[in-house]
Amino acid sequence: MIAFWHLFRRNRAAVFGLALLGLVLLLAAAGPLFYPESAFKLVDKPFQAPFGHWLLGTDMLGRDVLAGLVHGARTSLLIGLVATFVAATFGVVMGGLAGYYGGWIDDLLMRTTELFQTIPSFIFAIVLVAVLSPSIESVVIAIAVVSWPAMARLVRGEFMALRGREFVQASVAQGMSDAKIILVQILPNCLSPIIVTGSLMVATAILIESGLSFLGLGDPNVMSWGFMIGAGRGVLRSAWWLCAIPGLAILLTVLAINLVGEGLNDALNPRLRER
Amino acid sequence: MAEPTPILDIQGLSVALPSNADRKHAVGDLSLQLFPNEIVCVVGESGSGKSVMARAILGLLPVPRVRPVAGRILLEGEDLLAVPPARLRAIRGQRISMVFQEPMTALNPVMTIGDQIDEVVATHLPLPERERRQRILELFAAVKLPDPERIRHAYPHQLSGGQRQRAMIAMALVLGPPVLIADEPTTALDVTTQAQVLTLIKEMQGLRQTGVLFITHDFGVVAEIADRVAVMQRGRIVEQGPAADVLNRPQHPYTRALIGAVPKLEPPPRPAPSSKVPFLEVRGLDKAFRSGGGIFSRGRVVHAARNVSFQLRRGETLGLVGESGSGKSTVARCVIRLVDPDGGDILIGGEDIAHLGRRALRPWRQRIQMVFQDPFASLNPRRPVGRQIADGPMTHGVTAEAAMARARSLLELVGLEPKAADRYPHEFSGGQRQRIGIARALAMDPEILVADEPVSALDVSVQAQVLELLADIRRRFGLTMLFITHDLRVAAQVCDTIAVMRQGEIVESGPTAEIFARPSHPYTQTLLASVPGRAWTPPAFADAPVAAAV
Repeated sequence: MIAFWHLFRRNRAAVFGLALLGLVLLLAAAGPLFYPESAFKLVDKPFQAPFGHWLLGTDMLGRDVLAGLVHGARTSLLIGLVATFVAATFGVVMGGLAGYYGGWIDDLLMRTTELFQTIPSFIFAIVLVAVLSPSIESVVIAIAVVSWPAMARLVRGEFMALRGREFVQASVAQGMSDAKIILVQILPNCLSPIIVTGSLMVATAILIESGLSFLGLGDPNVMSWGFMIGAGRGVLRSAWWLCAIPGLAILLTVLAINLVGEGLNDALNPRLRER
Repeated sequence: MAEPTPILDIQGLSVALPSNADRKHAVGDLSLQLFPNEIVCVVGESGSGKSVMARAILGLLPVPRVRPVAGRILLEGEDLLAVPPARLRAIRGQRISMVFQEPMTALNPVMTIGDQIDEVVATHLPLPERERRQRILELFAAVKLPDPERIRHAYPHQLSGGQRQRAMIAMALVLGPPVLIADEPTTALDVTTQAQVLTLIKEMQGLRQTGVLFITHDFGVVAEIADRVAVMQRGRIVEQGPAADVLNRPQHPYTRALIGAVPKLEPPPRPAPSSKVPFLEVRGLDKAFRSGGGIFSRGRVVHAARNVSFQLRRGETLGLVGESGSGKSTVARCVIRLVDPDGGDILIGGEDIAHLGRRALRPWRQRIQMVFQDPFASLNPRRPVGRQIADGPMTHGVTAEAAMARARSLLELVGLEPKAADRYPHEFSGGQRQRIGIARALAMDPEILVADEPVSALDVSVQAQVLELLADIRRRFGLTMLFITHDLRVAAQVCDTIAVMRQGEIVESGPTAEIFARPSHPYTQTLLASVPGRAWTPPAFADAPVAAAV
């Protein structure tokens, strides 16, 4: 673990990303302590500029922008993590089975995966949310459905490569069951790429969620960054901060996660870095 | 005749390694001279610095991580370490050139052979296109490439391994450089091809009076072509001299240990088999691999095994020998049922296991185990080795504590510390990993051991120790062994009987001593005649050399 930290630390940008991500997490975790009430609560006159009475100003209905930002952070991170977890789990199972067994199982699973990949992912997500009616759950499902194929393909490739390795063959020769070979022998050896891809998937999930909310397809009862931008876009010229502040929050969070993912990649696949 | 001047004179060369490496210098204070018209073999085990030395001469080191820090490399009086890059580029190819180990990666896969060589000529010589082509075609004929015009238009993947290496040699020689560096040029080749390429190098060297610096790990190859030999150990030359002296009367203890570890080509006398009843019997085994193809096209079919039959009595060792692609590994994998055979029977003690399903096969898995070739791929990098040894017995119902206790005692048996059980594979050397692989196979208490090239990835001194270990456990546990190898020297020392495979078929089989003394099939005769250094018998030492630690 210490050795891992030493490797990770060599990428300065990744450490910066980690610090930034820590800040966002802190914001999301500690936010309710400062803003225990709903982010939709009207607190003051509308259209107050930032750095006045309210640190980040108020919106067109007189809601506190900072409160929205804090609650939005919870939504974004929650959806990003849960959707990624669901997608990654499903992708690993699909890819793992396809890669390990090959043959017609591989054909069946991979053709299915391709079916999902042929549809542009964001439009697919919009359709899913529209059909399922907008709610936190349907947004999570929509994001998971459009993001698992990438993971499935990656894991399939890893499994196919490891399947032919001699230590796996030795396990077969020992009479080990398929389930044990997959879980004990192969899976631990492809954890690094899964973690790296998973971390980048969180960033994509946050972007998709923001996009959906921006289009008004988010959960109407939950404050989110995309919703804030969508609500503020009508008054972009008079109250720029209503779009700029949540936009900046999305930018920084996604950037932080990408940097961390990059750093994980460097630390977990040291051979790639030696170039 | 006046005192000859060396064409290449390495004086006190030191090459520094990065600070986190296991030693400070890859090459330390090395001095070596190469005279015109001679072949100097630099021989050493992996990590001895011989390749770094070769690359330093041509300025191919990955600077700044690995860089020369002291000494001079004089090529006809010109210090290669001091010349500007432009001059070095002019020297490369024209004055000094290199042949690499793996011709497939050394050649550009998307350029025809002719274009690649033409590029070398065009860079250095202002000749019209027609003359350059003429020169290349002549050279192709000289290196005995069939149909030079076709080869010129061929891409590297369209040639066989031997042809590619001939093309590499042609490329290295096209400008007639006075110095040729060959870095393990025959290691990736089959033994018959190796013999041809060695003959070719020797012939071309004689014709052109070239000085050849030949890097190798194989004393057989040294015996075959060397005029002088330099033995390297940990970056230093520990002994050098005329080939006959070093090979037959080595002075330095390290050289003696290395040469003492080279298996002799002469099979030792073996006790007659105790019983006549076959214990493992393979009858008419067939296996074909289909590749490519789909709905609209028929794929390519490769017959890896065709009607293969052999018998093994209890406690006997059968060597399956052949070149790459002969199907010997496929047969091994069929016997251990990692690959499902298309047809034929595999009988253990009279019972057929060739057609059993996975579940029915499980009890048999304990009785037949495998030792793999690659010590780096055969262990799970993410699992402590003790657990890997214990996994097998635990699958068959042994408790975790009992299996781990057995794993520790097995580690001790194969010459490692019981404590090693908690460590991960990357903490061990290649030879130690192979010992762990053997312990893993033994953990199942097998009656039959299938060893697929168990020593071919190991250095010669380590190889000797692992072979000794295999012989020891075979005696101790009364194991029946199917031993796959391409190395006839190893086969001579290990096997009671030998079956020679070519293109999926067994062409000849019989007791080892008989096959070596009187090979009847022409292919077996070619194989035996191709063993490098067959005329040289490694001397035996009264003071049994202490082999280097694994």
